[in-house]
Amino acid sequence: MKRALAKITGEICKKFGNDPTRMMDIAMAVQERFGCVSPEAMDEIARAVNSHRVEVESLVTFYGFLSVKPQGKVVIRLCRDIIDWMKGYESVADAMSRELGVSMGETTPDGAITLTHAPCIGMSDQAPAALVNEVVVTHLTPERGRQLVRDLRRHLDPQQLVTMVGDGNNDHPLVRSMVRNNIRMRGPVHFADFEPGSGLRRALTLKPMDVIREIKESRLRGRGGAGFPAGLKWEMAANAPGGKRYVICNADEGEPGTFKDRVLLTECTGQLLEGMAIAGYAVGSDTGIIYLRGEYRYLLPYLESVIEERLRRGFLGRDILGKKGFRFDVRVQMGAGAYICGEETALISSCEGLPGVPKNRPPFPPQQGYLGCPTIVNNVETLCCVSRILLEGAAWFASMGSPRTTGTKVLSICGDCRKPGVYEVPFGISARELIEMSEAENTGTMLIGGPCRQMIGSERFGGRICYDDLATGGAILIFNRARNKLEIAEHYLDFFIEESCGHCTPCRVGLILLKKAVHKVIEGAGEPSDLAEMRDLSNFIIRMSRCGLGQAAPNPVLGALEIFGDLSAGFVAERKPGLLPEFDLSKAVIDAEMRVGRQSKIV
Amino acid sequence: MAAKPRIATVSLAGCFGCHMSLLDLDERILKLAELVEFDRSPINDYKDFRARCAVGVVEGGCCTEENVHVLERFRKQCDLLVSIGECAISGGIPAMRNNIPLRECLEEAYLKSPGVYNPGGVIPNDPEIPLLLHRLYPCHEVVKIDLFIPGCPPPADAIWDALVSLLAGRPAAPAYDRLKYD
Repeated sequence: MKRALAKITGEICKKFGNDPTRMMDIAMAVQERFGCVSPEAMDEIARAVNSHRVEVESLVTFYGFLSVKPQGKVVIRLCRDIIDWMKGYESVADAMSRELGVSMGETTPDGAITLTHAPCIGMSDQAPAALVNEVVVTHLTPERGRQLVRDLRRHLDPQQLVTMVGDGNNDHPLVRSMVRNNIRMRGPVHFADFEPGSGLRRALTLKPMDVIREIKESRLRGRGGAGFPAGLKWEMAANAPGGKRYVICNADEGEPGTFKDRVLLTECTGQLLEGMAIAGYAVGSDTGIIYLRGEYRYLLPYLESVIEERLRRGFLGRDILGKKGFRFDVRVQMGAGAYICGEETALISSCEGLPGVPKNRPPFPPQQGYLGCPTIVNNVETLCCVSRILLEGAAWFASMGSPRTTGTKVLSICGDCRKPGVYEVPFGISARELIEMSEAENTGTMLIGGPCRQMIGSERFGGRICYDDLATGGAILIFNRARNKLEIAEHYLDFFIEESCGHCTPCRVGLILLKKAVHKVIEGAGEPSDLAEMRDLSNFIIRMSRCGLGQAAPNPVLGALEIFGDLSAGFVAERKPGLLPEFDLSKAVIDAEMRVGRQSKIV
Repeated sequence: MAAKPRIATVSLAGCFGCHMSLLDLDERILKLAELVEFDRSPINDYKDFRARCAVGVVEGGCCTEENVHVLERFRKQCDLLVSIGECAISGGIPAMRNNIPLRECLEEAYLKSPGVYNPGGVIPNDPEIPLLLHRLYPCHEVVKIDLFIPGCPPPADAIWDALVSLLAGRPAAPAYDRLKYD
C-alpha cells in the first residue's frame, strides 16, 4: 500500500515535470486519486519536486478542497452563503445530515460520503445549491436532499444525479450540468453573436502598441471590481523590462453572490480565449493561464475542448492566423477553494504552486508578477470585452455606459427578487432600475458588489452602477425589509473570518472582535458606545490589514451602521452602570463551586 | 473653592506594577494630589469609597468573584472607568491559564508541582477565599470601560497625560510615542 502510494505519487509528480510551481496540480491529482493528501504523500511530493515537506503541507492545509485526512469517496459541499441560507440551507442541511446519520463536516462510517459546507459556490440564482464532488446540484429542498443521499448511497456516482440538464452549453456533452444560465438581459458586448476569430483578425492588422491604444481609447476598466484601466495595465506590462510575459485570466469569481463569470465561461468561451490571445499579442506574451475556481471544475473538460478547437482552427498556438512568429498558448490552472485567490497577487501565488497568500506591492504584477515576469491579470468579463472592442472599435464601446465608466456590465442579481439571474446592462443604470428589472418587492437593502463593497439602504437606490458611484464586480444582492441588516453583516463576517489567511493580526483578530460586537447588538445588549466602537474597529481593520480581504471585510458592518438609524432604537440603549449583560457571573463561577462544594456569595 | 474631583484606584488580578508606574510620577504626584482628592486606593489604603468619584483607575483583570464584585462597585461609583495596563486590557500573565481547566490549574498549583509539600492533599477552601472564575476576564468583558491606557506597565507619563487631559475635560488621546515601545 505504502509503496503503491509512493509509486503513484511519483508518477503524478513526473507528469507535471517534477516542477514545484505546479504543486497545486500535483496535490489535486493526489487528492483525486487517494481521497486526501496524506502525510506520506506529502513526503513523496516534497522528495519528487525537490522541495520541503513544510512547503507541501502549507499548500495542502491552505486550500478548502485539499485535505490531509481521508474524505469520503463522494464529498457533498452544501453552499452556506447568505442567499442559500435565506432559501432554506438549514432545513436542507438538517435533512441530509439526518439521512446520512452524520453531522456537518463528518464522513459516514463506511467512508463513502462526506457532508460539509462551502462558501458561495456561484449558484446564488438557483439556491440552495451544493457541489457533489465537482457536480453541481441546484434548487435543493429537504426532500430532494434526502433523495440525493439515497441515490448516492446506491450508486456513488454524482454524475447520475443530473437528470435534467440546463440551457445553452450546460447541455454540451462535456458539461452535462443541471446549472441554468438564467440570462435575463442580453447586451451587445457579451451576448450578441460573435464570429470566432473576428476580433483577433482585426487586432493582428494593427501593431501591438496600437492594440493597446485601442483599448485605452475604449476606456475599458477592469470588470473584476477594482476598475483599473485595462489599457494602462497592458502598457505597463508591455513596457516592463523582462523577456517572458504572461496573460492570466482571473476566473476565480468568489465574491459571494457573483455568478456572471460562470455564465460567460459557459457561453462566451471563444470570446474569452480570443481576448486572451489579443492581450498576448498586445503585451508580447506567448502564454496565457486561466485560473478557474475549484467550484467550476465541472466546466474544465469543456474549456479544454474549446482551447483545443481553437488550436485546430489557428486561433491559438503557433503563427496564429498566419501571423509569423505570433504564438500564444493557454492552459487552465484549477483553484482549490480559496476566496482570497480572487485577489490578483494571491492568484499569482496560487498559480506558482504556493498557498494563495497575497504578495507585497510594489512591484505590481505588470512589472513583476507570475514567476517574477511581467504579468497582466484580467477578469473573464474584461477579456471578453477586449474581443468585442477590437471587432467593433473603441468609439462604439465608449459610446455606451456613463461618461467615466464606458461599456456594459454583466451583473448577477440574486436574493429577494422574482427574477434572479444574469443581466447585461449599460453602466450608469440605477439601483432602482435593477430592483424593477429583477421584480423585487419591498426591497430594504442592497449589497452592491457583494459584501466586500457596499451595503445601501433605500435612500441610495437612485445611485448609479459605475465606478464613480456604486462600484461592483458584478454582484447585486437584494434583501427585503424583513431582513435584519446586522444579521446580514454578521453572516458575512463569519465568511471573512473563515476566509482570512491569518497572516496579519488586524484581520485575523479584528474580525472576530468585530463579530462579537455585532452579535452583542443583535442580541439586544448593545449600547450607543458599542456602535462607535464598531465603527472605530472597522476603520482600524481597513487601515491596518495587509491585503484586500481585511481592507474590505468590515464594509458590510459599516454599511449596516450607516443605514442603522431606523433600527437603532430597538437594539441599542443606554444601560445602568453595572455588570454587562453578556457577562454571566453564575456561569463563570460554576466550575469553582463544583470544585469546592460551596456557593458563591455574590451571584 | 469647588470640591476637587475625586479619583479611586484599584489593583485586581494585576501585579501592582501599574500602581508602581503611577508612583513613578515622582514629584508630580504632589501636583496630582493638589488637583484631585484620592478616594478608595491602595495609595491611601482606604478600603471603600467615601463619595462618588470622577475617575476610577483599574489595574488587572478579573480572576475571582471578588474582583468582579469590586469592579462592579467601581463602575457604579465612578463616572469614568479607565483600564490601565496589559492585564486589565487583555488579561496579561493571569490569562495564561485560560486554556487550562480550573481543576487542572488548582491540582498543579497545590498537589503536583515540584517542591509542593501537601501530605493531606488539601486544596485551600476557606470560606474567606473568593471563588476563582473559570477563566480570567479582561475588565471590559465584565463592565463597560471608558478608556484604555495600554502598556506593561504604561509609563508614568502616559498615565499623567491621560489624567490631566481628563481633568481638563479634554479627550485623553495618548501621543504616539507614549504607545510605542520599540
